[in-house]
Amino acid sequence: MADPDLHENDEPLLVATSLSKSFGRIAACRDVSFALYPGEVLAIVGESGSGKSTLLQLLSGQLAASGGHVSYCMRDGVTRDLATLGEAERRFLFRTDWGFVHQDPAQGLRMAVSAGANVGERLMAVGWNHYGRIRETASDWLTRVEIDVARIDDAPRTYSGGMRQRLQIARNLVTEPRLVFMDEPTGGLDVSVQARLLDLLRSLVAELHLAVIIVTHDLAVARLLSHRVMVMKGGRVIETGLTDQVLDDPREPYTQLLVSSILPP
Amino acid sequence: MNAPAYNFAYLDEQTKRMIRRAILKAIAIPGYQVPFASREMPMPYGWGTGGVQVTAAILGPADVLKVIDQGSDDTTNAISIRKFFAKTAGVATTTATEEATVIQTRHRIPEAALSENQVLVYQVPIPEPLRFLEPRETETRRMHALAEYGLMHVKLYEDIARFGHIATAYAYPVKVNARYVMDPSPTPKFDNPKMDNCPALQLFGAGREKRIYAIPPYTQVVSLDFEDHPFEPYRFNAPCALCGAENSYLDEIVTDDKGSRMFVCSDTDYCECRQAAGHHGSLSAAPYKDKAQGGANG
Repeated sequence: MADPDLHENDEPLLVATSLSKSFGRIAACRDVSFALYPGEVLAIVGESGSGKSTLLQLLSGQLAASGGHVSYCMRDGVTRDLATLGEAERRFLFRTDWGFVHQDPAQGLRMAVSAGANVGERLMAVGWNHYGRIRETASDWLTRVEIDVARIDDAPRTYSGGMRQRLQIARNLVTEPRLVFMDEPTGGLDVSVQARLLDLLRSLVAELHLAVIIVTHDLAVARLLSHRVMVMKGGRVIETGLTDQVLDDPREPYTQLLVSSILPP
Repeated sequence: MNAPAYNFAYLDEQTKRMIRRAILKAIAIPGYQVPFASREMPMPYGWGTGGVQVTAAILGPADVLKVIDQGSDDTTNAISIRKFFAKTAGVATTTATEEATVIQTRHRIPEAALSENQVLVYQVPIPEPLRFLEPRETETRRMHALAEYGLMHVKLYEDIARFGHIATAYAYPVKVNARYVMDPSPTPKFDNPKMDNCPALQLFGAGREKRIYAIPPYTQVVSLDFEDHPFEPYRFNAPCALCGAENSYLDEIVTDDKGSRMFVCSDTDYCECRQAAGHHGSLSAAPYKDKAQGGANG
């Protein structure tokens, strides 16, 4: 499904092969296959209940698939099946080479500890043991996500929704991951805050050469951030392609419906 | 003296065997919290039910028992536990650290150096060092299993960010045998260095939480810290007002409502021994009169 011409020499970062997941009789995800390349932003769009979030959990190894598998190219260049990783390896991957931005920042942050410690936690988890350097890196990251460094010692529960989301992004990016999963990162934010967040995400993604899998029901987010789009319906991928192509010239009736339901700007 | 209504040391033999098995496992895996079937004891939780069960399981007729509470031999908790074992096991009790073979303690390690033929039993209220950082017990167990201890440093980071230094003064987390992070029970961090490479066996019992853990003799115990904020034991900067000791852990005692206070050794036995040896502090009653040592059996 991936367009091979775009990436002549690169190895794919993550490959999903006929992934499926069923909960009892309900098939939440059916036969999903794709490859994601380094630096590529893939949006998974679809309405509620179309299996987007389930797919994201399968890809990030949080849920065991009923069929198919996901393989990931580790930092040492070896591509491994996620199901064969031990729990320790998977958790290590999760807090170093991966990031996960939740829709609700309270899920991804420690609300009771300071912003600095939230950003520093991953560093401490990989063995950083110098307070000054951890704090310096944390303030650096707060600046990068446009949070006033003076608020480094405040707990995120005193932050606004937009700030929390930006803090969550900083917390995830501090270990310089290569792949970030995002689950509706702009959900629940008002439009102007959304726009700023998207702007920030776009520049960070380009700057850090991040690969991103972003789940969203907001086609505007997909258009702004992603290179490629996968449209899901009833657990299946019904259409996939370059973002502009899919959104400007949708083939499937369902995608046409989705696109036409956006209010004109 | 042995009360016939009780089995030796109150607990029945099967229970003691169960506790001993947990203790053996704890010794085999230093710092690891071993679950055990904690029993109801004739005292409320928080009064040392875990320590009492461990003591009951290891006590023999020839043992000499010392019980301290915050370093003191003569507080309610210490006296009642000492009496409890004097009554149910008929063992000799003492207040002198050197004479004791089993020392049950709440929140202190004696000042006098411990030896190989001694066992130190701690009463532990909350055995899980990660408890207030990660509320899920399933998750903390997994973190211990995978040695994921980044979170422990988050707590120390918070301390420095808020107070400018590591302000945790008691229950200061330690790493045992370069593997498990352990809560040393609410002992002041002043006592942490005494745990390292200690010749005595150290056992920890948490009755309500149903956990036993241990530090075998001569085990490495390292207090967690940052490179640029190293661990420092804390002590009030004053000599003991009664015995003049410069290196013991001090209690602060408020003596009136005008802000006067005195600092005295929290280890009463240590302080009394020093006074008996002729040391004086600024508030000693002069001249020092002889005082009966030990003999606090109930």
